[in-house]
Amino acid sequence: MRTAFLTLRNRRFVFSSGFIQNTVVRDRLLPRGFCSGSTGEELRSSKSESKTEVDEYDVAIVGGGMVGMALACALSNMPLTKHLKVSIVDSNPALLITDSFKRSSIPDSRVSSVTPATISFFKEIGAWEYVQQQRHAFFSKMQVWDYTGLGYTRYNAKDIGIENLGCVVENKVLLHSLLSCFQSNADLHKSIIPARLSAMSLQSPAPYTKSDLPGTEDNNTRKHSGRLAKLDLSNDSSIYAKLVVGADGGKSRVREIAGLKTTGWSYSQNAIICTVEHDVENDCAWQRFLPSGPIALLPISERFSNIVWTMSHDECLERNSMSPDDFIKSVNHALDFGYGSHPHSSFIDKYIGKVSWFSGQSAYSVKEEFQVPLKVTRLVSERMAFPLSLKHARDYALKRVVLIGDAAHTVHPLAGQGVNLGFGDAFSLSKVIAEGISVGTDIGELSVLKKYEMERKRANMTMMAIVDGFQKAFSVDLGPLNIIRAAGFHGAQYITPLKKNIISYATGEQKWPFFT
Amino acid sequence: MAIRTIHHLRHHLIHHLKPYHHSCLLLNSSVTPQTTASVLWRSVSHSSSIPETGVGSNLKDSSSKSLSNSSLNQTEVAKFAAIAETWWDYEGPFKPLHLMNPTRVSFIRSTLCRHFRRDPLCHQPFEGLKFIDVGCGGGILSEPLARMGATMTAIDAVDKNIQIARLHAETDPLTSSIEYSCTTAEQMVEEQQKKFDAVISLEVIEHVANPSEFCKSLAALTVPNGATIISTINRSVRSFATAIIAAEYLLNWLPKGTHQWSSFLTPEELVLILNRASISVEEMAGFVYNPLSGEWTLSDDISVNFIAFATKSNK
Ligand SMILES: Cc1cc2nc3c(=O)[nH]c(=O)nc-3n(C[C@H](O)[C@H](O)[C@H](O)COP(=O)(O)OP(=O)(O)OC[C@H]3O[C@@H](n4cnc5c(N)ncnc54)[C@H](O)[C@@H]3O)c2cc1C
Ligand SMILES: C[S@@+](CC[C@H](N)C(=O)[O-])C[C@H]1O[C@@H](n2cnc3c(N)ncnc32)[C@H](O)[C@@H]1O
Repeated sequence: MRTAFLTLRNRRFVFSSGFIQNTVVRDRLLPRGFCSGSTGEELRSSKSESKTEVDEYDVAIVGGGMVGMALACALSNMPLTKHLKVSIVDSNPALLITDSFKRSSIPDSRVSSVTPATISFFKEIGAWEYVQQQRHAFFSKMQVWDYTGLGYTRYNAKDIGIENLGCVVENKVLLHSLLSCFQSNADLHKSIIPARLSAMSLQSPAPYTKSDLPGTEDNNTRKHSGRLAKLDLSNDSSIYAKLVVGADGGKSRVREIAGLKTTGWSYSQNAIICTVEHDVENDCAWQRFLPSGPIALLPISERFSNIVWTMSHDECLERNSMSPDDFIKSVNHALDFGYGSHPHSSFIDKYIGKVSWFSGQSAYSVKEEFQVPLKVTRLVSERMAFPLSLKHARDYALKRVVLIGDAAHTVHPLAGQGVNLGFGDAFSLSKVIAEGISVGTDIGELSVLKKYEMERKRANMTMMAIVDGFQKAFSVDLGPLNIIRAAGFHGAQYITPLKKNIISYATGEQKWPFFT
Repeated sequence: MAIRTIHHLRHHLIHHLKPYHHSCLLLNSSVTPQTTASVLWRSVSHSSSIPETGVGSNLKDSSSKSLSNSSLNQTEVAKFAAIAETWWDYEGPFKPLHLMNPTRVSFIRSTLCRHFRRDPLCHQPFEGLKFIDVGCGGGILSEPLARMGATMTAIDAVDKNIQIARLHAETDPLTSSIEYSCTTAEQMVEEQQKKFDAVISLEVIEHVANPSEFCKSLAALTVPNGATIISTINRSVRSFATAIIAAEYLLNWLPKGTHQWSSFLTPEELVLILNRASISVEEMAGFVYNPLSGEWTLSDDISVNFIAFATKSNK
């Protein structure tokens, strides 16, 4: 056991798994056996040594998904927080594999479109270089239109003086990059525990207080402890932490145990995601609104793009079981003339032209022509289907517990904001923890965590309301109201300042999109 | 005498008070040496006719008490003993101290990092330095300072406070090393030869019987070139309205009768009595409460709550 531990240590990276915890359990039992003659003082010192070494942490991050890993990286990177003892609890085998990435491989179907704000966060924590070594695709154009043929809007990065509108990265590349970054920063204070959280108690007495010692049971000590949370893991071990971070996704166990309530609803919709191949290069993010939901085509590498297609349950069942060739046909149909013709702007131009306040003056100069999207030629991955829901935790924090990422909020993937909001959480929480440390606060104190909550709730709720509003406006067939919707698109296309604001919000520059 | 005092004070304020520049941007950046000095100076000239009596009434010699406890005010001490249990209740009587804590700690952090030439980006900048927290109460300030690496001694006149403070600090290895004892600054000076790199006493001086003696004891506990930090409430019309009426009567933050307005010191008086104890005030800042955000920020408005950073002359 000892040697196993040391070898891992030599790799500069500690995987403290069950066996290490077992040593502790034995340490705890042993003294009691042969210590009847020894003094309490000896007992105490031997105990606290072995234990503070192994199972006590400043921060326990439950869930090593993209958001949890990002927090771990941020904490191990900042001067004020890098000394913290951090453990990530997650049984996901991907966290143990450190194989190298093959550029020639076909891109994964789980991708995220990351915003400039996320990219600068990754650069700050030193994870972006790993993304660059692997695979990512910038897009500089975006075209959104709908099936009625009445309106479209096309964004071009150069219109607002930036190089790119966004970047698509496979989730496994993001996770792998964060993991590499974490490992390169890791010292003995950082570890990944390959287990799942099964139970948690927030008011447990600290393991090294007097109350642990036989004969010195002291009610006051119990009353005033609660300085550490106790986490029971699936490998039958327990760890203690000053702060538990729930980064364990939409079905968060941490949120459930802590009793943090959520509000939300599921959309009666599913999404299918997959990777497709095409013959020409793609530098545009395409999104078309169909009667039962949007279909998006995002570039992921030269010859491959990602599809996120929202639809009803029944359509989902049908499209998931059709042959790959038929599926590709239905994709091309949906992206081209299916359900309706290409937009004919001239019709609406007449109206827009008359309503001058609506179009503004310089608007025509930036008008981009509608483009017919490229044809996809082959399905190169499995089709994955998942239900869509919107969920938001009413509170993000209690004393010693805080939620980040999907554990705190899940949104419709429509705007590609899900994981970006999560990275925003990780960034904000790491700053708030650093601030707390700079003024000597116990980092599990509610006053520290509430600051994070206040900052993020506002940002997350704004984005959720926008995404939900968009989804409601565009997923239902509005019949005669379609013309209004089309005019909405047209408005976005023509009114430059508004368009700018929408884009900069979607790219993470955190501005209220309509009223600035 | 009165004229000499004023002259001295003016000289002192203009030449020694530096504006407080905060690295965390908490302070309104418009503060300049002029504004700080002029704010102080305005209050000085305003009270120019009464400094001697004003100071005098506050600093009257309590020769009736034994020397070692000369600064102890029994009724004040009894008030704190009565609510000792509630020190760590964030919604309890000490809520304002908890709310104010991050702000005053950041003042201490930046002034002391500069004074002791420590890296403010280090998580334990005070490692190896000995600090004493005089009138520590439940340890609201001592604990953060211990987490920042200082070797902490903390004393309070109320035994119950010390017990609560010990119990609370015990469960965290970072704070369990704080050495708590129930004593006064005067007793420490008399009985022990200990000296400290920094002597810190926040929100205490308004509760002591003899501020002048108290400051002399603080000076005696400080090493040459060491630092002293004191915070208190100003004796101004605004402080009467805010600190007493609002905090004690309207907001029910503090038990009624916690403060006695007449025992408050003005910043000028504090500078003066510290000066007599060979301690010179170098920086001063005010605390301003924002009821909307529930947060305190540092500012150049010292009309209610203020904090002073001072150094002991190298004699
Ligand atoms: C199909 C799909 C497509 C999406 N597309 C986009 C997109 O294009 N753009 C975008 O920004 N967002 C997108 N999202 C949303 C995005 O994937 C999520 O917001 C993101 O994955 C959230 O990351 P997370 O780290 O919070 O949670 P997750 O990625 O869900 O990670 C949770 C982690 O916690 C671990 N875990 C769970 N329970 C426990 C437990 N009890 N103990 C220990 N560990 C536990 C899991 O093993 C997992 O590793 C999409 C989501 C889905 C499902
Ligand atoms: C308002 S509290 C401030 C507590 C602490 N310094 C803080 O700011 O968090 C004042 C404390 O000073 C103590 N005290 C009052 N007179 C004292 C004296 N002469 N010597 C030591 N402590 C005293 C009281 O017991 C009380 O705990």
